Amino acid sequence: MAQFLQVLLSGLSTGAIYALAAIGFTLVWQAARTVNFAQGEFVMLPAFFVLIGVHWLHMPRWLALVFGLIVAVVVLGLLFKKVVVEPMLPNGGLPLIIATMALSILLKEGAKQFYGAEAQPFPSLFPQTTLHVEGAVVSVQDLMNLIVSLAVVVGLTLFLNRTRTGRRMQATAQNPRVAEILGVNTRRMVLYAFLVNAALAALASFLISPIYLAKFSNGETLGLVAFIAAIVGGFNQIRGALAGGLLIGVLDNLTATYVTTEYRAALPLVLLIAIILWRPQGLLGVDEGRKV
Amino acid sequence: MAAAGPSWRRRGEEGLRTRRLTPILLLLGVAALIAAPLGRTDYVIYVLSSWLTFSIAAMGLNLTLGYAGQISLAQASFMGIGAYTTALMTLAGVPWLIAAPAGVALCFVVGLALGFPALRVQGHFLAFVTLAFNTLFFLVARNEEWLTGGSYGLSNLPRPAFWAFDTARNLPFYYFTLIVFLASAALMWGVVRSPWGRAFRGLRENPIRAESLGVDTRRITLLAFAIGSAYGGLAGALISPLVQYIEPSSFAFSQSLRVLLMVVVGGAGLFLGPILGAAVVILLPEFLRFTEGYYLMIYAAAVIALMVYCPTGLIGVGRRLSDRFSPKREARADMKLGARS
Repeated sequence: MAQFLQVLLSGLSTGAIYALAAIGFTLVWQAARTVNFAQGEFVMLPAFFVLIGVHWLHMPRWLALVFGLIVAVVVLGLLFKKVVVEPMLPNGGLPLIIATMALSILLKEGAKQFYGAEAQPFPSLFPQTTLHVEGAVVSVQDLMNLIVSLAVVVGLTLFLNRTRTGRRMQATAQNPRVAEILGVNTRRMVLYAFLVNAALAALASFLISPIYLAKFSNGETLGLVAFIAAIVGGFNQIRGALAGGLLIGVLDNLTATYVTTEYRAALPLVLLIAIILWRPQGLLGVDEGRKV
Repeated sequence: MAAAGPSWRRRGEEGLRTRRLTPILLLLGVAALIAAPLGRTDYVIYVLSSWLTFSIAAMGLNLTLGYAGQISLAQASFMGIGAYTTALMTLAGVPWLIAAPAGVALCFVVGLALGFPALRVQGHFLAFVTLAFNTLFFLVARNEEWLTGGSYGLSNLPRPAFWAFDTARNLPFYYFTLIVFLASAALMWGVVRSPWGRAFRGLRENPIRAESLGVDTRRITLLAFAIGSAYGGLAGALISPLVQYIEPSSFAFSQSLRVLLMVVVGGAGLFLGPILGAAVVILLPEFLRFTEGYYLMIYAAAVIALMVYCPTGLIGVGRRLSDRFSPKREARADMKLGARS
């Protein structure tokens, strides 16, 4: 039982981080019908921005984190929107998909060339101690990761539901034309969605890199998992993406502990195929109606 | 021949000139392919064979993606299925001429099965289903050591010998690859020119209209997947004897992405597109050795730029340039599609 609790908590903790990436994915999809195949690299890269801040610019840790967040928002939010997505919109869906795939190669190779192929240690944000609760050993890092991620999700939900800007963003996502007629600056709202996505990815990066180390190839699995989480939860809902992320994190850890480590990566994939075939709108999703 | 679409109308205008030129160009092309390896080093010949092999895989994906419009990220797994089938059978003493068709047939069947998701989901959903399939294949190839040799792979794969024609050296093997390549290209030419080919394009352009015109879109989607996958299998059946060593990471997702980029860079939906694209992906790095590790970055950035400025690929760029310089009849602007709406 104690082991089960431990596995459950670390699953929830990584799952909450996956959920951050998945929510960003969902926001960008809603706002601009853009499927970002480079989302995994978006999570991989900000950790390197922080390392640049620490190692090259000799910043203290907190400043490096702020620096990393800002660079991530500018590069992965603003520049991604202006340089890659916007010029591509008139060309339709497929070129954009291909371009984000190429972007993932570019970012991955860039990190490898400029920072090396070895995994880099990343400073932990939280103390590396453990708590003993009812016989279970609970890592403070896991607990804090879970708490921070959930707090961010709650904050984001409040922002989207309770503030003027948040509601405008939702209106833009639901029906851009009507939103525009009602006086919403839809272009700006779409841009906000990209910026929020970049910030979420940066946050996920800062939380997960102390565990997995900062490595150029981290994005391969992270991107897939984020997408699976988004699909499982329904592509059009934040709480769906959160549930999807948590589910995948927990299932992943449970399989690795109790069933098989070799095929640990296979379970989310099978889940993905099953969900897409039986419930393309996701477990919690609402059917948008097939567009033809 | 009365299929709709601008490419056909264009062919009608230039038809006479093109029809007279095609056989000449074709002969020149084949002659160039025959002469290409003569007097070259062993390594160059090996790279050229690799180009032809990847061209076959890319041609198959071009049918699925370029003609039928179904995005697939699983082509490397089909190359893997073909390669492992051929490798295991030839290691067991079965001649290549039996092993390769077995691998191709297996890919055809698996491709049919993978086509089923395509009946339900489109676009990026399908991309991720096929991506998941490719990753699953990779996991199986890595973990089932009793069959695939795990991450050590299979080595010392034999090269086929046909009576007096032994392909153990690279030059004969190049000609062997060339024969397979030309045969599969001719077959593909037949497929895209057949009623199926037109049905594939109909599926890509407007599935509902295609269906209303009596095209069985279910069958056509599955066929596009199955034939495309079978080409992947054939490429795999050539890779086994070419490299003489296979391991799971040669057929990982990144390889699928590579084949996909070949198709898109060359020009999806154009017959010569994937062959040109494979040349860019396989041959260009050899010329760009001086860029060292930056090659992939340059390439990726170039692909993004290409997608922004000319999503129809390099052949599209060429066509756009030639359109600019060659005079032709202008269509009346008010008769163009879109001017009416």
